[in-house]
Amino acid sequence: MANTLPPTYDRNGRHPLSPKVDHDEIARFNFLTNLNVHIGQRVSPGNRTAFDNRVSPKFKQKTGRPLETRQQVRDAMKKDPFYQCWAALRRNTMEQRQQAGRHVVLRQLDDLIERAKEHNDGKETLKIDPSAEAPRYLAAVDNHCMPGSYYTEIVPDDVLAGANYETGLFVTTAGSMSSKGDGGGRSIVNFVRDRFPDFSPKRILDLGAGIGANTLPLASAYPDAEVVAVDVGAPMLRWGHARAQVLGHDNVRFIHSDGDTVDFEPNSFDWVQTTMFWHETSTSAIQSMMKKAYDLITPGGLFLNVEQPNFKPETSLFDQFTRDWDAWYNNEPFWSKLHVMDVFEVMKAAGFQSDKMFDGGTEADIERGQFQSWSSTVSRHKAEAKDSGDAKDNSYKGERWYLFGGWK
Amino acid sequence: MTDIDVNKLANAKSKGKRPYFFDDPAVERVLSITMAVATELAVTRERLDTVERLLEAGKSVTKANIDAYRPDDDASKERQQWHADYIARILRIVHQELEAVENEALNADPEKLADDFAAT
Repeated sequence: MANTLPPTYDRNGRHPLSPKVDHDEIARFNFLTNLNVHIGQRVSPGNRTAFDNRVSPKFKQKTGRPLETRQQVRDAMKKDPFYQCWAALRRNTMEQRQQAGRHVVLRQLDDLIERAKEHNDGKETLKIDPSAEAPRYLAAVDNHCMPGSYYTEIVPDDVLAGANYETGLFVTTAGSMSSKGDGGGRSIVNFVRDRFPDFSPKRILDLGAGIGANTLPLASAYPDAEVVAVDVGAPMLRWGHARAQVLGHDNVRFIHSDGDTVDFEPNSFDWVQTTMFWHETSTSAIQSMMKKAYDLITPGGLFLNVEQPNFKPETSLFDQFTRDWDAWYNNEPFWSKLHVMDVFEVMKAAGFQSDKMFDGGTEADIERGQFQSWSSTVSRHKAEAKDSGDAKDNSYKGERWYLFGGWK
Repeated sequence: MTDIDVNKLANAKSKGKRPYFFDDPAVERVLSITMAVATELAVTRERLDTVERLLEAGKSVTKANIDAYRPDDDASKERQQWHADYIARILRIVHQELEAVENEALNADPEKLADDFAAT
């Protein structure tokens, strides 16, 4: 049986740049992590019961026909008192996590900025572009209730967004991204090594890399490769670059740009990666950035993405409603549209060939000990990916991530 | 120190219309404040647990010792179990409402039962 209790926050990975967390701040993170787990494991399942036992029958009774669309399910669920309470708790817990993480960082912001500068100033591996602007899909809404999103700077040389992201990730995902927050990147490496053992990339680009938590495992796995992390959030990059430096990754460059205008030579990367990136963009951004990715990838190179799988014909309306929830209520509106967008068609339009495209699943990789035994979590990405992996591979019974991509 | 208002910035609203799930937004406000108070009680309880464990270990109860305390594996699990038990207690009504949805037999109306019992 899976461990039903998450690790305590003091088990979370630390590095020389990590913000100081005092006793009560740790305790607050512990409570919010456990609350997240309780809501995810103990309260969430009640939504399906409410749907099956009263929401769906009531709709049929009233209208004489069954629920037919995910929008109808959402409208019907909105009136259910159990769902209302679950949703209010979930939204509130996410807001509390943001407040708690931001407070930890803000109270020592000057110190964190100074420490980051020690590792950033004068380094060729960090390039901040003061003229870069947040694209509309980021500027219009703060994704996952993160005030100021990835890009806002409240003081010069700000690192708030990056430091808060790292500090609170454990709480948001209830420790399911490993103690270093790099579970996604580790899983990608496992997938590529397993599926493409002869692939030996020399130059890797990670688009929308944020603080690079999932980029660093790629740099570790291919130590001879030059790794470039691109993001539009300067505070994420400042924090990510300094963090990479203190963790010993001096082969990773952090470049400030939106993916559209990123300035590299065509055919210059043999791997372009995105990890949980597209659902925070827009249709035109996906179209243009996949074209850009195709241009940048060298012939024979790899394009790989960790994302949400599309809804399938067999995905129930209730599951569609559940998987859309964060789109509407955790400030990630485009997610709902991505769920029904055929990304392979977009890849085709960008230049990729159908017979060189693939998708699959990979086992979530978190390290041994308390984090490994803590496998059953509230992580939405893994929960979503669970039923979507490579149908041919039935050997793995645990959590999975979904990936899709292609070779140029 | 840069002149920033830490509490104001920590409390900042994220951009995007905030959803309210209850029919009356005031209910949402009360739930939010209640959960924040519940959080702070849990923080105090964990601090008390630390004080007890320091005393048991014969250490002095100083702020520095409290901040430096790291639970061993057993203590870590015991503290997480406390949080789990505590959350189950404060969310009791949510789980009772779920039971009521799961099992219609739990929902007999006393008004009707009174009439039933009077007639039988």
